[in-house]
Amino acid sequence: MIEYIQNNYSEILTDLGQHIWLALVPVVLGVIFALPVGYLAVRRGWLYQPIVNLGGVLYSIPSLALFLIMPAILGTGTLSPLNIVVSLAVYTFALLTRTVADALLSVQGQATQAAEAMGFRPFRQLLQVELPMALPVMLAGVRVATVANISLVSVGALIGVGGLGALFTRGLQLGFMEPIIVGIVLSVLLAAVCDIAIVLLQRRLTPWDRVATR
Amino acid sequence: MITFDAVTKAFPGGTVAVDNLSIELPTGQITVFVGPSGCGKTTSLRMINRLIEPTSGTISIDGEDVTKQDAAVLRRKIGYVIQHAGLFPHRTVQDNIATVPLLNGVNKKQARENAVELLGRVGLDASMATRYPAQLSGGQQQRVGVARALAADPPVMLMDEPFSAVDPIVRDGLQKEFLRLQAEVGKTIAFVTHDIDEAIKLGDTVAVFREGGHLAQVGTPQELLDDPADDFVADFVGRDRGFRGLSFVTAEGLEVEPVQTYVDGVRGVRLLLDDAGRPRGWTVNGSDDVRAITGTFTKQDSLRLVTDLAISSPAGVAVRVDGDGVADGAATHASIADHLADARRESAG
Amino acid sequence: MITPVPLFNYFGFLLDPANWGWSDGSIPQRLVEHLGYTVLAVLIAAAIALPIGLLIGHTNRGAFLAINIGNAGRALPTFGLLSLMVVLMGTGLVPALIALVVLAVPPILASTYAGIRAVDRSAVDAAVGMGMRPTEVLFRAEVPMALPLIMSGLRSSTLQVCATATVAAYVGLGGLGRFLIDGLARNQYDQVFAGAVLVAALAIALDLAGAGLERAVVSPGVRQRGSARRGRRRGARSTDTSTQEAPTASTAG
Ligand SMILES: Nc1ncnc2c1ncn2[C@@H]1O[C@H](COP(=O)(O)OP(=O)(O)O)[C@@H](O)[C@H]1O
Ligand SMILES: [Mg+2]
Repeated sequence: MIEYIQNNYSEILTDLGQHIWLALVPVVLGVIFALPVGYLAVRRGWLYQPIVNLGGVLYSIPSLALFLIMPAILGTGTLSPLNIVVSLAVYTFALLTRTVADALLSVQGQATQAAEAMGFRPFRQLLQVELPMALPVMLAGVRVATVANISLVSVGALIGVGGLGALFTRGLQLGFMEPIIVGIVLSVLLAAVCDIAIVLLQRRLTPWDRVATR
Repeated sequence: MITFDAVTKAFPGGTVAVDNLSIELPTGQITVFVGPSGCGKTTSLRMINRLIEPTSGTISIDGEDVTKQDAAVLRRKIGYVIQHAGLFPHRTVQDNIATVPLLNGVNKKQARENAVELLGRVGLDASMATRYPAQLSGGQQQRVGVARALAADPPVMLMDEPFSAVDPIVRDGLQKEFLRLQAEVGKTIAFVTHDIDEAIKLGDTVAVFREGGHLAQVGTPQELLDDPADDFVADFVGRDRGFRGLSFVTAEGLEVEPVQTYVDGVRGVRLLLDDAGRPRGWTVNGSDDVRAITGTFTKQDSLRLVTDLAISSPAGVAVRVDGDGVADGAATHASIADHLADARRESAG
Repeated sequence: MITPVPLFNYFGFLLDPANWGWSDGSIPQRLVEHLGYTVLAVLIAAAIALPIGLLIGHTNRGAFLAINIGNAGRALPTFGLLSLMVVLMGTGLVPALIALVVLAVPPILASTYAGIRAVDRSAVDAAVGMGMRPTEVLFRAEVPMALPLIMSGLRSSTLQVCATATVAAYVGLGGLGRFLIDGLARNQYDQVFAGAVLVAALAIALDLAGAGLERAVVSPGVRQRGSARRGRRRGARSTDTSTQEAPTASTAG
């Protein structure tokens, strides 16, 4: 095992690097699109159910299928990394629109009423009252989406772009366990590190949340 | 002055929450809206700062129709306090209080300084300024809510059951401080409660609402107690309204007997005084047990307190003290009854 | 390497009547195969995870285990696990099925545990107070109230398995994934596209069926999705749920 890592570490690092951006760029894209759409689902109540249903449908499409439908939609080649990035962004979006909408709904109450009564205009109220209060729930959703993306990227190896997934195909071809175990361990570690990073970010961003649960 | 002119609110479902309400809330005074749950008090209150728009009729503040003003700007001139305070959980106490000044463009440092100063005015320690609401008790949160409403020094305050969610002892403290604060600031206040005792304690004027958003009676607390307009008001004010009415008669001019009588003993009961002459307790039939004195009154106290003291003391008398706490007289049931009769005669003639 | 093809070619395989008869490798046969793997794996996983989840939830012992298995399951790369099983045991149904079951257990276990723990303690207290025995408390009070979460665990586990079974075609398993893998190998994008659309349709159908089942078995009094949630908008602030209500969805696979 040690020998395998020593002989292949530059390849492993390249795979890891690709894995990271393939997983995390979609998180950023998904958040950017989920925020306005989730907000819309709250502001226009009749849109809530259709948006949630659409998210549920998108989220249930198996990843390999979505990776392979993308070329037909985007006009890309089947081996383009864009297929993976857009697919994972779609999953993140599907998961987070509902989380954003539910988080914004869950903070409606005394405090938002008080804000309205004190003369906040809607956009400022969203920015200064509702979004900060909704942040803990939204970040919990970002954690789930990030970990899910990291575990999904390797499926992309079946179509040639899969970060650490390349180690799995290599292991299968050669009948070796070593690359597979290295790939699994690194993938799980990456997920754990990102998860902890988001938790730490949340602590910084929402100091009131900790005192509330104390 | 806040004026309701023939204001009606019908909700989409068909509920008429407020029906043709006309009432004036005098400047610088507390007007209490009281009535059973669901009779339209909150709806009336929330129409003042346009959280709810009336179906018909007009509401004006100092002659200006509220619906003719920008809602956000209007609201920044009206303080608003609600039952669970509605503090922002993500902001510290000082930033909660500074909310409206910040909306108005006051700089942050200035707004925070004012906030800390206000903390003192509502009876909280300045060290609370950097805490989050979750770190405060219910009563403390409510004080912060009041401070937040006062922060921009609005001429008008709306308060919707602000003290209902705290326990009776805390509530009593909050009410007393609220009156003290109002004596300083003299705001025009609309105050909603379902508790008739609170209404009588706090209101300069009390408006009793009944089911269906009708106004049953408007008057001073004493007018309501002495002369309820109908059975509904009489019933709502309660069977013991006569006793409650004693709240509005002071002990000024009440005839008292000399304290000496009781120090020497009447019907086996003696009043014990300390060296300075302040009452300490009672002894009964020469026993060594001392029953602590439950309270004393001064000339400024209400006849309600005097009566209560007289009923609960072993000797059947209430002990009066002077400014130094030295006993200077004792009021009997008979003298209380005489005093009350005099007071009635005066107000009738 | 497959380059983009004109639109009319995408549907060639899907619309060819020859692929819709019943024969080895036809669309209906692959569909049944795929459904079979999925149902089998979820049933085995449920048989393992439900009792353990109920036990941990009811006794609140081993909570650490339930939570961590749930988290680890989410982070585990599905394709990696599949590859590992194949290298260890060779190709075939059994290694693939083991991988599917291993991936299906965590969502069911974690949400069963979470569901039982989320039940209002005062209701459980009342159940005990009325004289219910421990198993009666579990099956008459806790499980019915935990059912929305238990069902959502079963549903995400089903999606997980359906998706991973697709990937398993790469290591020789049958099912709809075959169209994807074989199409890629033969450079026939219309077959790849047909497989992808069919797998997506199957997954969506399974999820809808899950939703229907959930609706049928969950008492309307404890249903927590849709209208009930939206009804809360005007209601009082619910601090207790707002901070804890993290999404429980697991990976789609
Ligand atoms: N947003 C609303 N939509 C429909 N009906 C309402 C709404 N708000 C209040 N009501 C109804 O209006 C009546 C008066 O309510 P409210 O003013 O809150 O009463 P109070 O504050 O005196 O308890 C009640 O019957 C209540 O159900
Ligand atoms: Mg009310």
